[in-house]
Amino acid sequence: MFEFIYNILDFSFDLVIKDIKFENYILTGLTGVIIAFAVINGVLGGVLALIWGERRLLGRFQQRTGPNRWGPQGILTSTADAVKVMFKEDIVPEEADRYIFNVAPLLLVIPVFIIFSVIPFGISLYAVDINVSALFILAITSISGLSIICAAWASANRIAIFSALRSVAMLISYEIPVGLSLVGILLICESMSVMDIVIYQKIPFIFIQPVAAIVFFLGSLAEINRTPFDLTEAESELAAGYQNDYSGMKWGLFYLGEFAAAIAAATVFSTLFLGGPNGPFLPGIFWLTVKVVAVLFFIIWIRASWPRFRIDQVLNLAWKGLFELTLVNIIVTSIAVIIWTDGESNRLIYIGLANWVFAFPFVILIFKMLKTSNYKNTNKESMTYPIGSDTPKFIKEKIK
Amino acid sequence: MIGFGLIKGLSVTFRNLFSPVFTVQYPDKRVGVFGLAKSKNKSVFELLKEEPKQILYAILGLAKVKVKNDQFPRFRGNEFVWYDDRCTACASCAKYCPLGIIEIVTHASGENLQAGENYAIDKFDIDTGRCMFCGLCVEACPYDALHMGTDFERGNYHRAKLVLDKETLISQDKNPSSWFRPQFEEKEYNPWASNLSDYKEAGRHEKPSDEKIKQNWVNKRKFNG
Repeated sequence: MFEFIYNILDFSFDLVIKDIKFENYILTGLTGVIIAFAVINGVLGGVLALIWGERRLLGRFQQRTGPNRWGPQGILTSTADAVKVMFKEDIVPEEADRYIFNVAPLLLVIPVFIIFSVIPFGISLYAVDINVSALFILAITSISGLSIICAAWASANRIAIFSALRSVAMLISYEIPVGLSLVGILLICESMSVMDIVIYQKIPFIFIQPVAAIVFFLGSLAEINRTPFDLTEAESELAAGYQNDYSGMKWGLFYLGEFAAAIAAATVFSTLFLGGPNGPFLPGIFWLTVKVVAVLFFIIWIRASWPRFRIDQVLNLAWKGLFELTLVNIIVTSIAVIIWTDGESNRLIYIGLANWVFAFPFVILIFKMLKTSNYKNTNKESMTYPIGSDTPKFIKEKIK
Repeated sequence: MIGFGLIKGLSVTFRNLFSPVFTVQYPDKRVGVFGLAKSKNKSVFELLKEEPKQILYAILGLAKVKVKNDQFPRFRGNEFVWYDDRCTACASCAKYCPLGIIEIVTHASGENLQAGENYAIDKFDIDTGRCMFCGLCVEACPYDALHMGTDFERGNYHRAKLVLDKETLISQDKNPSSWFRPQFEEKEYNPWASNLSDYKEAGRHEKPSDEKIKQNWVNKRKFNG
């Protein structure tokens, strides 16, 4: 995409102004501005649509209508909200560290937009192609933790600090499984470039690396602080968490950053595991959009269905469950990669089969060891009832 | 089986996604093409022929339909229904009113002494701004001239406009509530479906005939025995 726009600019400048010769860096800069403008505005529009879609879908999941007043099907609701947020009063607490307090929201938003620079929207439609872009994505996403702890520390609020500590603990824990879950893919592709990974995905990697896909998806949910890992904003315990003292457009930036991060996570997941822009007949951008929307729908569906983890459960899951799963995945994949070397026909299918047979059973095994599956074998006599209601006698008799 | 609980939770919410919503939209509701056609008692093709613009609005989700939420017929609304032909100006309602908000002024009419029209009514004001809708005036009326109403969308910026005077009471749509008026319930009268402008239909419920009373008495014993 870069060269395409660059050439068009070069050509058009030549047509208009013949005498002046433009330096290369001016054209490069202009091309960058155009691409950044398109991507940032696309993501911002996506965030507005996502906020509306999430409220609307959550409504439907709970048998409500959701917002449907403002515009067709209520699609202008989030626009109205954005305008409202812009005109709200901006309050900074007296004891706050003003500089860090003001910088923190930007630290959350900017990295999210940077992620989109390495995402291929089509087979030749990308802003930059770094040869280590998978690593780049992992590195950039962890800046959000810095932003959250900056915000909490600067606002001098103990509740915010609790929230930020939880967030950072979660980020540190989940960074490792997320990073290691990509190793399997990198072994298969023998490249760290997202572009290469996309080209290599004749079959989506979710079918070839099921364990890695599960771990990566859960890990990215934790990194963007979404349900079931949204304990940084557990309303009943921490009010709004690290955003407690923010108001106006600074709060709006946090909100924007969170939803943009959700889009970014869905995009990265669909690029690495669902084949990205690969698809028959239609252009790549269409298939990428379809996949991103599907992943976002699943994220919202999870939010409507599953309860929130406790902090110790979250860390247990990361260190005792997902971390081991990634190690198993790496071992199985690396052995499979050695056996079926590059260039062999049906290589991906064999590696996938090996993963399903040898790695996937470990998901069940490890979660059995974590004792998360006592759903079926519930001891009915020890079942607890809501606080404030002693178990009535007739229920006790019924259980027996 | 591991993960079964998670999948079960997801399936519950997924079923909810396609079930009808409980939200009651008021005062208007957004409808689609089929909802719009249904509200106008037409088929979609008829609507397409007559009002293609409306169909476009409905597809965009901009079509609105006015909603009138039906209460129970005994609902006591923020208005009164008064039949001046039935009223004898006895002022029972004014005497029973605990807040004293009904004002009645009469003069001797000098005609139809037998028909209960000794007095002609000059003024019949009910200040609904101070009314607490206890309904004692309706209970007190010996000739069923005064009824509770069913309208409740009478919000106003001026207290003076909340006073129902004689002219408004006569000219307004008459949708009496069936509160303390069993004759309406016997006829299964629905205040939101029909306009009861004829005072003769709003009358007292008739005393059941002797045979009917007898039959009722017998039926009661039968059931208990």
